[in-house]
Amino acid sequence: MAGVRFWREFDTRYRMLATRCPQCGLVYFPPRTVCRKCRRSSVGKMEKVPLPPQGTVLSYSVVHQGQKGFDAQVPYVMAMIEFEGGVTVVGQVVDCDPEDVTIGMEVKPVFRRVREEGASGVIHYGYKFAPPCFPVCEDESLASPE
Amino acid sequence: MDVGILSYGIWIPRHRIATEEIARVWGKDGASMAAGLGVKSKSVPTVDEDVVTMSVEAAEMALRRCHFDRVDVGAIYVGSESHPYAVKPSATIVAEAIGATPDMTAADFEFACKAGTAAIQTCMGLVKSEMIKGGFAIGSDTSQGAPGDALEYSASAGAGAFLISSGPGIIARIDHTLSFTTDTPDFWRREGQRYPSHGGRFTGVPAYFKHVVTCGKKMMEAQGTTAEDYDQVVVHQPNGKFPLKAAKSLGFPKEKVETGLLTPRIGNTYSGAVPLGLAAILDKAGPGDRVLVVSYGSGAGSDAFDITVTDAITDYHREGDDLVETRIAFSKFIDYATYAKYRGKILMGDGA
Ligand SMILES: [Zn+2]
Repeated sequence: MAGVRFWREFDTRYRMLATRCPQCGLVYFPPRTVCRKCRRSSVGKMEKVPLPPQGTVLSYSVVHQGQKGFDAQVPYVMAMIEFEGGVTVVGQVVDCDPEDVTIGMEVKPVFRRVREEGASGVIHYGYKFAPPCFPVCEDESLASPE
Repeated sequence: MDVGILSYGIWIPRHRIATEEIARVWGKDGASMAAGLGVKSKSVPTVDEDVVTMSVEAAEMALRRCHFDRVDVGAIYVGSESHPYAVKPSATIVAEAIGATPDMTAADFEFACKAGTAAIQTCMGLVKSEMIKGGFAIGSDTSQGAPGDALEYSASAGAGAFLISSGPGIIARIDHTLSFTTDTPDFWRREGQRYPSHGGRFTGVPAYFKHVVTCGKKMMEAQGTTAEDYDQVVVHQPNGKFPLKAAKSLGFPKEKVETGLLTPRIGNTYSGAVPLGLAAILDKAGPGDRVLVVSYGSGAGSDAFDITVTDAITDYHREGDDLVETRIAFSKFIDYATYAKYRGKILMGDGA
């Protein structure tokens, strides 16, 4: 059971909290307790900071043969997302079709179910990424008020 | 002390299914089904969305639209009839995800479709008694009807979150609230049952209309008002027809109901319905606008609120992705087979 390790990482998994070195300003995600550049002088000084509210797609691939638990979502997009400051994160892009995804597309984190430990186990939540809303309704009469 | 809404946020899943598509599968006349219910399409959550994820998104939107410190959120109540766990609160996950833990209280509320408004009343009490600085009342549901059942045409998904607080920053003052409650078995789901049961189409009069209209009338008596004193009204909306009829009984013309009437396009979002309707009204409201709100929950009861929009709404962020109308327009229609896959209505083999 992945439980305990998982819930100790809530800051990272739920809220995408990164750490920042106050001396050189480098941001780390997943968070690090020591700055790679400043090393010993950064110990105990790393600050928890939220990642910027949006990032851009640096690269992506369309997954047709999904991992176990993702069967109902294929084809889905896994992308490398770049945030201001240079932090990159890999995550699933949801709320759009694979053909909607482009390099440079703006995305923001969304809170979603990531997986569950069977029908009776714990549900794991975390962040995925979604584009800003764009009107894509094929049938105007259904999307507009009467 | 003025208590009211400091901020609000919403979530509506992107996928929709048309009433005609559901009718096609069950051999019904889609056009007359849609006209009879007053529902053209409903929202459908994907496999990775549930009451918790929609609640988090709604609460996050509310927090990013105001200057309220997350650690000052003293209470989170999530009202729903489709919590992902039978035992384990949704509210604690929401609290952790928005960074409000641990010095706060949290609980899940259940009262069919009015659990979210019951949460607003609780937060009002806590704020007014100065036990908390602010609290989240969230109505969120991913409701299901049994395949082919009348409920399947309307049961949908959505969430609305209201940050209840006090002080000059509130965008809408809640001047009064009252409730009307009786024991009425019009709709229920027994423990372990997958889909709810209901008393059929004839429960409208003794259940929905009796509670909504009585509660609305009691509010106007208490406040010495008539329908003319309000600019907008939002009542619970299990379909597109009932709310128009209930509002008419209370003296409201159609024009004052339509802004907050979302069911024709996104279906009945249960606990999310009145919160989303109120959000749609607040999206367009101006200072001084007065709104009557009457929820309904089967079982049964109604909560009424007399709300006046304040000057603070002028500087409140209301554009783009945050608008109810933007989220409704951000839609993709799916067929019944895809809907059945997303909602877990297909019996899978052991390998899956
Ligand atoms: Zn450094």
